Amino acid sequence: MTVTVSAGLSDLRSFLHGLPGVDKVGVEARAAALATRSIKTDAKAKAIDLAIRMVDLTTLEGADTPGKVRALCAKARRPDPADPSCPSVAAICVYPAMVKVAAEALAGSGVHLASVATAFPSGQAPLEVKLADTRDAVAAGADEIDMVISRGAFLAGDYTHVFEEIVAVKEACGGAHLKVILETGELGTYDNIRRASWLAMLAGADFIKTSTGKVAVNATLPITLVMLEAVRDFRERHGRIIGVKPAGGIKTTKDAIKYLVLINETVGDDWLDPDRFRFGASSLLNDLLMQRTKLTTGHYAGPDYFTLD
Amino acid sequence: MFEYAPAPESRSVVEIASSYGLFIDGSFDGGKDGNVFKTVNPATEEVLAEVTSAGPEDVDRAVAAARRAFGPWSALPGSERAKYLFRIARIIQERSRELAVLESLDNGKPIKESRDVDLPLVAAHFFYYAGWADKLAYAGFGPDPRPLGVAAQVIPWNFPLLMLAWKVAPALATGNTVVLKPAETTPLSALFFADVCRQAELPAGVVNIVTGAGDTGAYLVAHPEVDKVAFTGSTEVGREIARTVAGTGKRLTLELGGKAANIVFDDAPIDQAVEGIVNGIFFNQGHVCCAGSRLLVQESIADELLSSLKRRMATLRVGDPLDKNTDIGAINSAAQLARIKELSEIGSEEGAERWSPECSLPDRGFWFAPTIFTGVTQAHRIAREEIFGPVLSVLTFRTPDEAVVKANNTPYGLSAGIWTEKGSRILAVADQLRAGVVWANTFNKFDPASPFGGYKESGYGREGGRHGLEAYLA
Amino acid sequence: MPKASKVVETATRLTVRKTYKLYIGGKFPRSESGRTFVADGDNVALASRKDARDAVLAARAAQPKWAGATAYNRGQVLYRIAEMLEARRGEFTALGVPGDEVDAAIDRWVWYAGWSDKIAQVAGGANPVAGPFFNISAPEPTGVVAVIAPASLLGLVSVIAPAIVTGNTTVVLAAGPQVAITLAEVLATSDVPGGVVNLLTGRYAETAPWLASHDDVNALDLTGVDHPELAAELERSAAGTLKRVLRPGAATDFTADPGLRPMTALLETKTVWHPKGY
Repeated sequence: MTVTVSAGLSDLRSFLHGLPGVDKVGVEARAAALATRSIKTDAKAKAIDLAIRMVDLTTLEGADTPGKVRALCAKARRPDPADPSCPSVAAICVYPAMVKVAAEALAGSGVHLASVATAFPSGQAPLEVKLADTRDAVAAGADEIDMVISRGAFLAGDYTHVFEEIVAVKEACGGAHLKVILETGELGTYDNIRRASWLAMLAGADFIKTSTGKVAVNATLPITLVMLEAVRDFRERHGRIIGVKPAGGIKTTKDAIKYLVLINETVGDDWLDPDRFRFGASSLLNDLLMQRTKLTTGHYAGPDYFTLD
Repeated sequence: MFEYAPAPESRSVVEIASSYGLFIDGSFDGGKDGNVFKTVNPATEEVLAEVTSAGPEDVDRAVAAARRAFGPWSALPGSERAKYLFRIARIIQERSRELAVLESLDNGKPIKESRDVDLPLVAAHFFYYAGWADKLAYAGFGPDPRPLGVAAQVIPWNFPLLMLAWKVAPALATGNTVVLKPAETTPLSALFFADVCRQAELPAGVVNIVTGAGDTGAYLVAHPEVDKVAFTGSTEVGREIARTVAGTGKRLTLELGGKAANIVFDDAPIDQAVEGIVNGIFFNQGHVCCAGSRLLVQESIADELLSSLKRRMATLRVGDPLDKNTDIGAINSAAQLARIKELSEIGSEEGAERWSPECSLPDRGFWFAPTIFTGVTQAHRIAREEIFGPVLSVLTFRTPDEAVVKANNTPYGLSAGIWTEKGSRILAVADQLRAGVVWANTFNKFDPASPFGGYKESGYGREGGRHGLEAYLA
Repeated sequence: MPKASKVVETATRLTVRKTYKLYIGGKFPRSESGRTFVADGDNVALASRKDARDAVLAARAAQPKWAGATAYNRGQVLYRIAEMLEARRGEFTALGVPGDEVDAAIDRWVWYAGWSDKIAQVAGGANPVAGPFFNISAPEPTGVVAVIAPASLLGLVSVIAPAIVTGNTTVVLAAGPQVAITLAEVLATSDVPGGVVNLLTGRYAETAPWLASHDDVNALDLTGVDHPELAAELERSAAGTLKRVLRPGAATDFTADPGLRPMTALLETKTVWHPKGY
């Protein structure tokens, strides 16, 4: 790591502000061009299975109950009960209060258990509260923590504050993987998204994640493209591979495949792996299953044939 | 590895006849002397159709038909001419899938480009000029602008239908009639356009299409009954046409070659600059007169930029033009391929370092891998001559002044690119570049409302926008 | 051109005659060839191809700074020419130029002076492209313009003024040497930077082909060529480097409103694109 907290605010600031700019029109045009890739037949079949394996099946509602979470866990283990060849998803993603239930339901499945923490989704809580939130979730069985950054501090230019919070949460995670949610929809510019990506990676994030799913703009292709470029460049400089997780608004197989194309043509094979790329989604899974069934059976599938959990 | 399965666009959406006549005075007929030539699919070398080679008598007939049609056509109220052009625009939109496939078959360009760039721009161009037809008095060329008469138009093979639109739309909007000769290797879309004119019920003789090679074009532009000559193509041929037209009083516009500098400063948005460089030189196989064929990169970021560029080039997909995922299609002809190969050999012989990503090229057809030359200096031929292929020459500079001097150090002056996040630098550099189109933080963007054309030996006159009307008005 | 009223020479004082030389780079040199010809009783410098070459060098050297001057400044300079011409009105009438023609020439300078900071607004502007781009077209001077000028004062002014007002520099082959060189004296005292206008006197048929074929000349104005064969030959020659060629009909009426064309024919249109987004 070339930038450390002890190097001080000004170094971190000058590093982040020295990153190359992002031209909005250019990055959006590039993402739109990649979105025209036509993925058919066996390429599509492989993409669907990979996408299923990348899903962080998520429920983050005030109305979540143990029953709902158990149902979702069952879905995560065997997304398509009618087809044993269908892979499990990558992880379940729940609130800290639901971790214990989920841990029991997923035991032995190989499906990871992610918990949002750190006063999700706003992040507007004292650091001690965020750290306690994190420790509790890990203690209850979460092996992945999805934290939110303090967008307020970031936008105020207090990069050190954000950096130190991530470092502290990472420490509180212990062995759990840390996904850092940038809440890109609140950062205002692609330049900020690139800076926040680097800030999170320098502070020790294992993954950088776009969104909480709770604001107006969630994951988009160009936002994810900027983040992929950041992890690509970070690896070139520091040798460490950081994962990327777009979350929110990815609902269809078509959407998911566009993201896989994006990975394929910007960062390549190393990220075509559930350990390096995840979809934070809920309704996406059923569409992937319907499309998968269409490919295996040769006819169009209907929603009544897939579980609503 | 995520391999994309073949995603071919259906060839069956277009029906190509085995032979085509000339479109003169509203109908197709064979040439007087019966000479024909073949047009081939450059991706497979398959013969697509036999096309008539127009001789002098045929050109005479076409010019005479255009002359007869000129009176009534120019006498129509502008609002009526406008409606014909709007009709044409609509028909092109409706038939755009068919025409895109046809264009890719005859030209070799990737279907994603003919579908997403050429055809939308063709329709947009007709829409744009349709709207001018009844507003010419407001265009700033005097209160009562008049058409010139018969326009002889000779177009190239790189954007066959788009170049036709650039020529025909403003000519018709202003009340001129047209004899157009498409390029020898890409005659088909112009012949299909004749059918579009027929569907639009355009009066006979307003648009005439004569196919043939260089001598057909030479005869056409020299024709005494022609009032206006418009040519897009090489600077060499443009020079010849200018000599031919000298002293005749014919109006002439020329859109010729280029050797554009694409200047990347150290504070550029690097990822978008890399895209711009790739789009600048590999779009349409580099068969683009305004291609960014000279990359001028600031020395302080040259290594970083080149490694990004190479990484990006490795993802370019070269192959079947009809595959929806193809980025780089076939070189348009054997002759063009030979020229690209020859200049590339010279680049190596002169000491520049050649690099291409690994890519397997099809066995049949005309193909050239995307290529860059580094260590190029202003003295190298590949830095001075238009290659008109997917070949980029990379040069470096140290200061903005040096970049401007190198960018302008060419007889051409069609286009240029600037990449920097500093606004004042963009404006100052753009001011100093001797080029008709300057793309700042973007490249190879086109729009019917935006005038296009060169300085110096890249030609004269502008196509597109209000400026584009001037070439067709007295 | 007949001289209506040569200065009367008295017995007591011999008048000082003017030597008509060339006007190159702001100076008045003799022809490098040392040649002269007799025009209307005066020995006038007979420009050579090397004088033409020197004039192109001077015009090229002066061009960037002249084009780089503010339009307001160029307008002021052109207006200053009008002032100086008004002051020297008598010199031209003494050379036989009708008074109303001198007046029209003065007024033409004033007319073009006003165009300096308006032509870009009339000939350029924003283009509403279908995308998130700022797109603007603006005219720029084409560079060095070789002008084969008509003989009359009004004709001469009507070809020089539209060329230089937009930032071009010129090499002018002038018929009517006394009028042309007297005009050069007006220019030399009018804040026109040296090299912006260069005036050569001599024979069109001898020097014009050198300008038409010169690789460092951007445009050729054939207004003053009344011989169609020569015009065609010059035009063919200009095609070598694809010079912009102006060839208005031989019977140009210089008293009429010139319109925009004399300016726009010597302008390039540059279109600049830039994305809009943050």
